[in-house]
Amino acid sequence: MTIRLGVPSKGRLMEKTFDWFGARGLVLRKNGNDREYAGVVEGIDGVELALLSAGEIPRELAAGRLHLGVTGSDLVREKVAGWDLRLRELAHMGFGGADLVIAVPQSWVDVDTLDDLDAVAAAFRRNHGFRLRIATKYHRLTREFLREQGVADYQLVDSQGATEGVVRNETAEAISDITSTGETLRANGLKILSDGMIHSSQATLFRSSNADWSDRHRVTLDALEDKLGL
Amino acid sequence: MMPGPMGPEVRTEAARLSAIFEGLGAQPVDTSILQPADVLLDLYGEDIRARAYVTADPLRGEMMLRPDFTVPVVRAHMDEGGDPARYCYAGEVFRRQETDPDRPIEFLQAGFEIFGGDPAQADAEVFATIADALEGLDLWPSTGDIGILMAAVRGLRTSEARKGALLRHVWRPRRFRALLDRYGARTPLPAQRKALMAADDPFEGVGPVLGLRTRIEIETRIATLRDEARTPPISEEEMELIDMILDLRETAPNVLSSLRDIAVDMPAIGDAVTGLTRRLDAMSARGVDVQSLPFEGSFGRTTLEYYDGFVFGFQSPTRADLPPVATGGRYDALTRQLGQGRAVPAVGGVIRPELVVQIREGRA
Repeated sequence: MTIRLGVPSKGRLMEKTFDWFGARGLVLRKNGNDREYAGVVEGIDGVELALLSAGEIPRELAAGRLHLGVTGSDLVREKVAGWDLRLRELAHMGFGGADLVIAVPQSWVDVDTLDDLDAVAAAFRRNHGFRLRIATKYHRLTREFLREQGVADYQLVDSQGATEGVVRNETAEAISDITSTGETLRANGLKILSDGMIHSSQATLFRSSNADWSDRHRVTLDALEDKLGL
Repeated sequence: MMPGPMGPEVRTEAARLSAIFEGLGAQPVDTSILQPADVLLDLYGEDIRARAYVTADPLRGEMMLRPDFTVPVVRAHMDEGGDPARYCYAGEVFRRQETDPDRPIEFLQAGFEIFGGDPAQADAEVFATIADALEGLDLWPSTGDIGILMAAVRGLRTSEARKGALLRHVWRPRRFRALLDRYGARTPLPAQRKALMAADDPFEGVGPVLGLRTRIEIETRIATLRDEARTPPISEEEMELIDMILDLRETAPNVLSSLRDIAVDMPAIGDAVTGLTRRLDAMSARGVDVQSLPFEGSFGRTTLEYYDGFVFGFQSPTRADLPPVATGGRYDALTRQLGQGRAVPAVGGVIRPELVVQIREGRA
């Protein structure tokens, strides 16, 4: 009877997660060789470590198959409908920071705000006969943001990678993508709209509301929260 | 036990409503559940994806499970309907729910639509028909008229570009407000826009023009923005009149007298106000108690239905947690968009039979 903690299975996000827990007296370790996606948590009883792709952790948390999980707050908002009913944020971990933003070509000197983007979208549709394309993998967050802001006459096109290149390749007119420094955007001739920040994301420790929270699991959670200073 | 959205008593209620509508001469329409997605996307934009289920057919491309009957009924009428025509329908609609798991994703709608005829008479007939069909349920009506706001915008003493931009956003109150406040000089021009207007060469130092939007398109918009910057602000008087229209919230007779006052300073709404008068007379003749009928200047602006005239809804005062039991309105502009140039005046209303049953059983 253990509670399951899901953490990213590779890269800097995994290392930073291990460091964050380590600084609080909990040692997270991969089992045996480096290819294995199981691990242990030392410094507390009753917590099991699962190493997963950061993109799968939101779904596993929402389904209650993970009790706790570390992933980007952007991924949870994108992948879990009504996330705040199903998950709780326990801690913002202070790393993995990235902003989901709307960016347009630098050569669009007449465009600086969503107001401009909306006006351009109307004219673009008239001139080209189709709705202005915004490439993204964050469909839900982008659509909700643009609806809230009252932007019309656009369409979302799916882009699962190298999104910064779509404008140059003429498969979209604008993008909605994650950036940390904005450097890749600039290198690809793009600029961020001054009011185009959709979500400021960072690595976050989430608690699933749907997982099995029996009394024993709650005791373990209390002990863990004590350790983590939450 | 609460009746589900599709239970037998709900189907019986839908059949009862259909019989009422057919009794008034409405011709039943049967439409496909799977609708071509492109028509709905062109009409409603990307927002419809949040509300409708999208699926794909290898030959026909993206299809949507019908989120309502409006579009298929208009298309059916445009293809073969006469004028005037009355239609009714009852069937499943499908709605994605992205936030509230308690809202049904599949439910019945029973509706009644009138194409053509005298607008005031048709509006009154639809409202009275829906009201009569719901008699005994103790529901509160709401009404409004988006045509009055649109007439006010068209009558503003300002550029056509501004009027066009405002009319495009009548159904998006937030962007409408932002535009109006800028055109009325209530909010200052952003610094970036001022810099752009002052620049000798706006393209200096930005590198090559990327993507499908051409340099000519960008230059055209800059010219439009320069025209806009030279256009005097909308007068404070007109701004206040628009605000008064948006803030109207009174019984229909009191609203009517306020609107007649507003029309003295803003004659452009005169026809729309006459239309409201004629509609209220026609409703009264059909037994609607117009003396106490509520009217709101902003009612119906946030739905995705693109109503452009009369709008109404019926809500349970004791079950404010439920969505409106019935909604409806006039959608002339939508028929023009779907009819590729051809337009026909159209007004309709829908009832959700499962809500009727829930409220009726709650009272028993």
